[in-house]
Amino acid sequence: MMPKKKTSDVVLTALWDDNAVFRQILGICSALAVTNLVLNTMVMGIAVVFTTALSGLTVSYLRNWTPRVIRMMIEVLIIAFYVILFDQALKAYWPDMSRNLGPYVGLIITNCIIMGRAEAFANANPPLLSFVDGFFSGLGYALVLLCVAIIRELLGMGTLLGIPVPFFSSPLWDRWIIMVMPPGAFFTLAIIVWLARSIQPVEEPKKGNK
Amino acid sequence: MTFGNHMLHLLVVLFAAIFTDNILLARFLGMCSFLSVSRQVKTAVGLGFAVVFVMTFTIALDWLAYRFVLQPYGIEYFRFILFIIIIAAFVQFIEMAIERYSPVLYQNLGIFLPLITVNCAILGASLFMVIRDYNLAEGVVFGLGSGIGWMLAIVSMAGIRERLNHARIPKGLQGPGITLIIAGLMALAFIGFTGVLSGQ
Repeated sequence: MMPKKKTSDVVLTALWDDNAVFRQILGICSALAVTNLVLNTMVMGIAVVFTTALSGLTVSYLRNWTPRVIRMMIEVLIIAFYVILFDQALKAYWPDMSRNLGPYVGLIITNCIIMGRAEAFANANPPLLSFVDGFFSGLGYALVLLCVAIIRELLGMGTLLGIPVPFFSSPLWDRWIIMVMPPGAFFTLAIIVWLARSIQPVEEPKKGNK
Repeated sequence: MTFGNHMLHLLVVLFAAIFTDNILLARFLGMCSFLSVSRQVKTAVGLGFAVVFVMTFTIALDWLAYRFVLQPYGIEYFRFILFIIIIAAFVQFIEMAIERYSPVLYQNLGIFLPLITVNCAILGASLFMVIRDYNLAEGVVFGLGSGIGWMLAIVSMAGIRERLNHARIPKGLQGPGITLIIAGLMALAFIGFTGVLSGQ
């Protein structure tokens, strides 16, 4: 399916060229829902990186033993396994955060990014390379999430990670409450997508097969 | 609780799911298909009906599975896997049933069914049902309301986007960019419903 690739190419492609959010417009659901606070977003980002990297590794290890017809099912089960691990760990050690994130940790299972990486990359590449690809795809996604979260929390609450930021928390700055509400998420992401696509336009037909 | 009160409570759940807590505009679930399948009103309506239907029934099935299989054995953490399997199996089953008994319906609805298995709104609704500790009636009403709310959002979006065909939009903003901005405006409008339920 794909020729052998260099690790550095894989990293760059995963981080920028094929960035899940603004190139492929995948996995938007959680991108928007958890980005009202930077802290929530960081935990969510770690969860996604953890799951994409390890599920890529596992899918790739098992790729020669997995029958073609049921491989989707196997992939979903592998992904669900890691998500459950993370969800349980979070519930045990950080129950407040677990409550904040609500169902969105579980929804990582249906996040198309992870499935997409498993299908498009881990299925046809050696384990270590798949791990790297998964790790950086997840990281690329997490970084965009973080950008959205920083903009939203700063403009909406005047804080970052809960710590007041000089100018934005003073009375000089009228807090844009709208930014921490749902519409703010849409607007922020729209502008980030716009910027990214203006810097480097997307060639439409290339990604037809995904 | 009297019967009347109970009905009123269900009505509130339904209304909240459709308007104030819209699963798409306030909870951001089902965005992938919302962005990609909202070009035409006709297809949006088809997908919308499929979501309403599947969501209402899978939430009931998931509730039963959670209550009678997972809880008795104390293995609630298996819910992610079990819910996904139930949703996938239900969609598959419905697809076969519709194909067999109603070719007309299959032509209109059939192509959307496979898309639904990966629609995170369906799984999300079931997970919300667990978190909020709904009973069966509340769950079904919540599923129905969430489905209707999702359909309302995607159909309105498709209507707006059909008009946008004639608008001149900056290059980088075309497609997903402008759709997100419209979604933001719609979310803004839906926030207006919030006050309606505060009297409860």
